[in-house]
Amino acid sequence: MGFITRGFRGKRETDESGRIPPGQYETHDFPVLSAGPTPHTSPETWSFTIAEGGEELARWSWDELRALPSETITKDIHCVTKWSKLDTEWEGVSVDTLLDGVESDAAYVMAWSDGGYTTNLPLEDVTGGKAWVAFGYDGEPLDPEHGGPARLLVPHLYFWKSAKWVRGLRLMDEDEPGFWESLGYHLYGDPWREQRYWGD
Amino acid sequence: MDTADLMLDGNALGGALGEVFVAEITVARSTCGSCGAVREIGALVVYTQAPGSVARCPDCDAVLLRVVRAEGRIWLELQGVSCLELRAPA
Amino acid sequence: MKIDPAIIPLGALRWLLAEVVELVPETPRVTSLVLDVPGWAGHRPGQHVDVRLTAEDGYQAQRSYSIATPADAERLVLTVEELDDGEVSPFLTEELGAGDRFELRGPIGGHFVWDGSAGGPLHLVGGGSGVVPLMAMLRHRAAAGLDVPATLLYSSRTLEDVIYREELDALARADPAFRVVHTLTRAQPEAWDGYARRIDGEMLAEVFEGGGEANAFVCGPTRFVEVAADGLVAIGYEPGSVRTERFGPSGA
Repeated sequence: MGFITRGFRGKRETDESGRIPPGQYETHDFPVLSAGPTPHTSPETWSFTIAEGGEELARWSWDELRALPSETITKDIHCVTKWSKLDTEWEGVSVDTLLDGVESDAAYVMAWSDGGYTTNLPLEDVTGGKAWVAFGYDGEPLDPEHGGPARLLVPHLYFWKSAKWVRGLRLMDEDEPGFWESLGYHLYGDPWREQRYWGD
Repeated sequence: MDTADLMLDGNALGGALGEVFVAEITVARSTCGSCGAVREIGALVVYTQAPGSVARCPDCDAVLLRVVRAEGRIWLELQGVSCLELRAPA
Repeated sequence: MKIDPAIIPLGALRWLLAEVVELVPETPRVTSLVLDVPGWAGHRPGQHVDVRLTAEDGYQAQRSYSIATPADAERLVLTVEELDDGEVSPFLTEELGAGDRFELRGPIGGHFVWDGSAGGPLHLVGGGSGVVPLMAMLRHRAAAGLDVPATLLYSSRTLEDVIYREELDALARADPAFRVVHTLTRAQPEAWDGYARRIDGEMLAEVFEGGGEANAFVCGPTRFVEVAADGLVAIGYEPGSVRTERFGPSGA
């Protein structure tokens, strides 16, 4: 740890809600984090696919995705860089809807995005009403800086798992580390058990 | 604010990489494994507003290096760099 | 550009304790911190330090600041702009007092450095607090008595936001080989006959002779640097002779 700087507190508020996981601080902004330039994919060229072993099992164009039943949900989100934002409102299609009819024994998925980002999750963490492909935030279309046209939303895990600019899920039998998971970040990422890094 | 504002350059990695490299790193020259461009680390496009820092080739955008710093640990990945030339005393 | 290998630090960077000697207000939003840093091994103009603040519960925040002083053995000056929404800069500029200590490490950077060994002319373009590392270069040039021609194009919001204004004027008056050109982008005083807009290609072409042997350094918010660096290349500078340091989003 470092030398304590007299009088320094940082901009943090005390958690009165009990909804802030350990080591996190509430923010009222929506910080933009990125590992690269913002991709800009037009609705005409956009698609979302579910694949396994190189074989495409399902595909939706933008219009087809938007025609699926969608829902508005309000969730708390927690970024591993320590900020948490409460009561964020999203609109999207449940991943359960997308996986409906897809036959597979796979236990894991790799979400992949425009720009090359990937993140891995157990299949059971994107099903059962826990994950969405979200295209709306706070009543508006999702801004490209925050992952628009659509991002994965998996609020019960650290927000690096909610892949921005998501384009598909690759079903896997074995777990494989994605972009950050291959560089020290925890394979699972439960904010309530503070699973930020390998070995946590 | 958008990601264009977030873009920094390799000077922003000098501190983090200075914990790893003995030689001064922002003047080290990296060869991009994707397009072959040779640049000083100080001239790479760097994003630090993320769970870790990512340096990209200014010519082709490929990820050259990534670094994550946690308490007591540093992870460094240089897969995108096919060659790193460091300056050393004569 | 020649880099003196003798100055390359041998050994990984480590955190040192800086002690505040005094705080010097430069402009309404900018303060210089004069620091004693035992163990400081010296630095070159253009380099920066990382500053780390730790709260009692272990929370840490870290930022980079350019060194404003030319090479000096122990005393360091950091010039810090207070950002409205900042977490670290308001603490450094408003809360710290003489005798307080905090961690810093450095010097960092060899890429964005000019100490005269690469020669000139020296063409500098600074936006807001981006002038700080450029000032270290100019202070070094003056202290070392170098007569390399130097020009600084400096963009600020208003005249009262111009950091080091009197020092720059004095340097320019005393040294015919140094020129400073200001542009004020938000408001100008009455009878201002200088530039009154954000930098653009036309301004760069008018201020700088262009290309040739010049070593160009551009520093400031990311967007400012993009415009300036692209502009210099467009008027004939070799891309390799334009060095840039981006500070990220502007505080404004």
